[in-house]
Amino acid sequence: MIIARIVGTVVSTQKDERLTGKKLLIVRPINVDGSDTTGYVVAVDTVGAGFHERVLVVAGSSARLAQGMKDVPVDAAIVGVIDTVDVN
Amino acid sequence: MQLARVIGTVVATVKNDSLAGRKLLIVQTVDRNLEATGKPMVAIDAVGAGIGELVFWCRGKEASFPFKREDTPTDCTIVGIVDSEQHVTR
Repeated sequence: MIIARIVGTVVSTQKDERLTGKKLLIVRPINVDGSDTTGYVVAVDTVGAGFHERVLVVAGSSARLAQGMKDVPVDAAIVGVIDTVDVN
Repeated sequence: MQLARVIGTVVATVKNDSLAGRKLLIVQTVDRNLEATGKPMVAIDAVGAGIGELVFWCRGKEASFPFKREDTPTDCTIVGIVDSEQHVTR
């Protein structure tokens, strides 16, 4: 899993019917010290995360294993809102 | 699978229900000389690893296999602890 920050939202009306009702967010991967990296990913939100929050993003087919994502065509899902990161 | 060093922890109170009770650790992948390579990842711990330990982790959907609930959404899981650095033969 990677740590990412929510930087935007996506609105899509015409989409796979299994994505109906799912919130799509743009996330930017960040380093453990909180600094930005490059690139963006569109991820489905499963936890109710908000703008600028640090979140955990699971990628690949494992994203479908999150509760509520069964058989949904996604390869990136937000599965947690991060409280703290401690690096020794 | 990749060798890595556990370098930190992550706390997330609000998370997907299928991750409830799971321990989240930050792992830094290391090369055959045990030097850091690549970016740190957040891994779920399946074996009881601790900070500073040398471990190996599994990527992809297989990362969810160690858990009784195979619907655990993880793409990075610590699946073993290396006994000691002397056990890494190079």
